[in-house]
Amino acid sequence: MTASTKKWLWLVLALAFLVPLLRPVLPDLVSDYRLFLVSTMMIAGIAVLGLNLLTGFNGQISLGHGAFYAVGAYTAAVLMDHLDMPYWLTLPCAAIVCFIVGYLFGLPALKLEGHYLALATFALALAVPQILKYKWLEGLTGGVQGIVLNKPEVPFGLPLTEDQWLYYYILIVMVLLYWAAANMLNSRSGRAMMAIRDYTIAAGTMGIDTSLYKTVTFGISAAYTGIAGALSASAIAFVAPDSFNIFLSIKFLIGLVVGGIGSLVGSVVGGIFYVLVDNSAQALSTFAKNDLGLQFDLSAYTVFGILLIVLMYLMPMGIVGGVYYLVQGLRSSMRSPEAKAQAARKQHATR
Amino acid sequence: MRTNRRKFLGGVSTAAVLSASGVSFAQGAKKYSDGASDTEIKIGHTNPYSGPASAYGVIGKTIQAYWKYVNETQGGVNGRKINFITYDDGYNPAKTVELVRQLVEQDKVLCTFNTLGTPTNTAIHKYMNQKKVPMLFVATGASKWGKPKEFPWTMGFQPDYHTEAMIYAKHILANVKDPKIAVLMQNDDYGKDYWEGLKDGLGKDAGKVVKHVTYEVTDPTVDSQIIQLKDSGANVFFNISTPKFAAQAMRKAADIAWKPAQYLNNVSGSVATVMKPAGFENVQEVLTAAYLMDPTDKQWENNDDMKAWVAWMNKYNAGASLSDASNVFAYSVVSLMHETLKKCGNDLTRENLMKQAANFQKWKLPMALPGITVSTSPTDYYPIQAVQLQRFKGESWELFGDIMHAEST
Repeated sequence: MTASTKKWLWLVLALAFLVPLLRPVLPDLVSDYRLFLVSTMMIAGIAVLGLNLLTGFNGQISLGHGAFYAVGAYTAAVLMDHLDMPYWLTLPCAAIVCFIVGYLFGLPALKLEGHYLALATFALALAVPQILKYKWLEGLTGGVQGIVLNKPEVPFGLPLTEDQWLYYYILIVMVLLYWAAANMLNSRSGRAMMAIRDYTIAAGTMGIDTSLYKTVTFGISAAYTGIAGALSASAIAFVAPDSFNIFLSIKFLIGLVVGGIGSLVGSVVGGIFYVLVDNSAQALSTFAKNDLGLQFDLSAYTVFGILLIVLMYLMPMGIVGGVYYLVQGLRSSMRSPEAKAQAARKQHATR
Repeated sequence: MRTNRRKFLGGVSTAAVLSASGVSFAQGAKKYSDGASDTEIKIGHTNPYSGPASAYGVIGKTIQAYWKYVNETQGGVNGRKINFITYDDGYNPAKTVELVRQLVEQDKVLCTFNTLGTPTNTAIHKYMNQKKVPMLFVATGASKWGKPKEFPWTMGFQPDYHTEAMIYAKHILANVKDPKIAVLMQNDDYGKDYWEGLKDGLGKDAGKVVKHVTYEVTDPTVDSQIIQLKDSGANVFFNISTPKFAAQAMRKAADIAWKPAQYLNNVSGSVATVMKPAGFENVQEVLTAAYLMDPTDKQWENNDDMKAWVAWMNKYNAGASLSDASNVFAYSVVSLMHETLKKCGNDLTRENLMKQAANFQKWKLPMALPGITVSTSPTDYYPIQAVQLQRFKGESWELFGDIMHAEST
C-alpha cells in the first residue's frame, strides 16, 4: 500500500467517524434513515469481504454465502431471544458457529473445484431457508414466523440516537475486521492463500498444506459473512427465512465482482454499491414510468441489470480496478511532454 | 500524526457537545401531520412486484390505478391529491424495513396502507408503532393485526385465517358423522395460521385429525400428498393451499376416487382459476367461506357492485385481469382507505386518521358479499370479521346458512 492510498484511507475513516455527529446540525442531510442505510451498506461490505477472502484471495467460488449470513443472523437472534444475551456478545458466537459450519462445509468442498463447488454452495443457499423452517428446529428459529428482536440500545448514556449508535457499532466492527483481514493477507498465511489461488500444485510443492489452508479459509470466510449476518439481525431487529433467499447470495457475488475481486477496498465498495444501486434502480424505474412517460413497465430488476451490464462494460476490473486505471491514465497524461518521451524511450529500451 | 489525533479528538468532543444540546423544535398545533398539506396526501405502500410472491403485484397496480382515478376524476380527496408511493420489497422482510423507513423518514408519508405479507409486516410492526405512524389495512390474514392495546397504530383488514379455520372446524364437528380429518397444508405462515385455527376450533377433538401433510410453494404437484391423505382413510379433507395447488389437489382426489367432505380455504375460492381447472364435475359440494364476491361467479353478473367494478376495471385499469380475485380485493380495500380519508375532512393528523379508521359502523364495503359490512371501534381493529359459508353447485358457489361473525381473538 502506497503512502498516498494510506492517507486517503485515513481521511475516509475520519469522515466516517465525524459526519454522523453532524446530525443535530444538519438533521435533513444526516438523517437517521441515511445512517441506517449506510449501516446496511457496511454490513453488505463485511459480507462481501468474507466472500472475497474465499473467492478473490483463495480462488474458491461460492454461490452460497447467503447461507452463512443466515446462520450468523439466526445464531445472534436465537441467543438474544432465548438466552437474553447482549447483542455485542452475539458477534463472537456467530463468528465461531459460522467458522465451524464453514470449515465443515470446506472439507467435502476440497473434492470439488470450480463450477462444481459453485453448484454445491448454491445448493447450500437453497437449503438453508427450508432448514430454518424445519419443524424440529421451529422451537428455536420460530419457523416461518421468524424472531422479533430489540434494537441495540445506546450504552453508557452516550448522547446518540439508536441509529447513530448502530452506525458506530457496525463501523467499529467493520474497521476491526478489515484490519484483521489486511494483516492476515499480508502475512505468510495470506501469501499461502494466494499461492493456492494462483497455482495449487506449485503451492503444494513448496510445502503449503493446501487442504488445511483451503478449509480454514472457508471457515474464516464464513465467519466474516456470519458476523455480517449477526449485525443485520441487530440492525433490522427481525429475522425470518424469507430474508435469506437465493438472491442474497447472488447479491454478495455481484458486490464482489462489481467492487473488484481480490481487493479489500473493493469489497467495501461493492457492498456500498449494491445497496445504492438496488435502491436507485427502483427510483429510476418509477422515474422512467411517471416522469418520462414510458408506456410499459420497466421493472427495477431490468434497470438494475442494465446498470450492471454498463458497469461491467466500462469497468471490467470492478470499480476499484477501474478507478485505479483511471488514476494511472490521468497521471501519465499529466506528465510533461519530456518526461513522457523519456518514459517512452525507457519502455523502448526495455523491449 | 499526533496533531492529527488531537484534532480528531477535538472534533469528536465538539460534535458530542452539539448532539447533547440537541435542540428540539417543537411543532405548533396544526391540523396536518407529516405527509399531508393543503394540496396533497402522501400514502406509503410496499408490495412484492418481484420475487416469489410477485403474483400479488397486481394488488399494488390496481391500487395505483384507483388513486390515479380518484385524482383525475374527483380532484383527489377533499381537494387534496393522493400521492401514492409504492415500493417493491420482493417479499423480503429485511428490504421491507429499509423501504418503510424510507417512506416514513425520507418521503414523510402520512401513513402506510395495505403493506403486503405476514413476515414483511411483522418486521415493521414495532417500528411503525414506535414512530406512531398509522399502518392501515395490512394485506395479511394473520390474526395479530388487531391489537389496539399493544399496537394502537396498526389495523388489519380481512377476516383472519385463524377464525376462518375455526368456522370450518365447527362445521365439521356439527355436520360430519365420526369425522376423520386429513389436512393438506402449504408450509409457510399462511398455512400454519389455518392449521392452528383448525386445531383450536376442534378443541378436545383435535385427535380427529388423522393425517397432516405439507407441500412447498416450489413443489411441482401435490399428487403424492393426496395419495397419502387418501390412504389414511379420512372422510374429511381440509385443503389449505393456494390456487394452483388447490385445483391439483381436488382433481387428484377425484382421479383416485377419494370422496371425502371437502373444505377449501377462502384463498382459493376463485371459480376461474381453481374450480374450473379442477373440473366442475370433481368439485361439486366443496365448501368454503367467503367475504368478497368472486368476479368469475355467474350469479353476481347482474349485481350493481359487480357491474360498477367491471365498468371501473375496463375504464381505469384496462389490461388487468377481470378473473383475478386480487383485483377485487385491491378495489375493496382501497375503497375503505378512500372512505377513511374522506371522513378525516381537514384534520389530517395521524391521530385523527386512526380515530376515523376505528370509527366505522356497518359501512357497506364495495364488492363484499350482501350483508357483510365494515365495523370498527377503538377496541375493535378487525374491519371485517364476518364470512358466509358457500357450497359449490353446478358452475358457481351457492351461499347458505347465516353470516357468521367470528370472535376468535
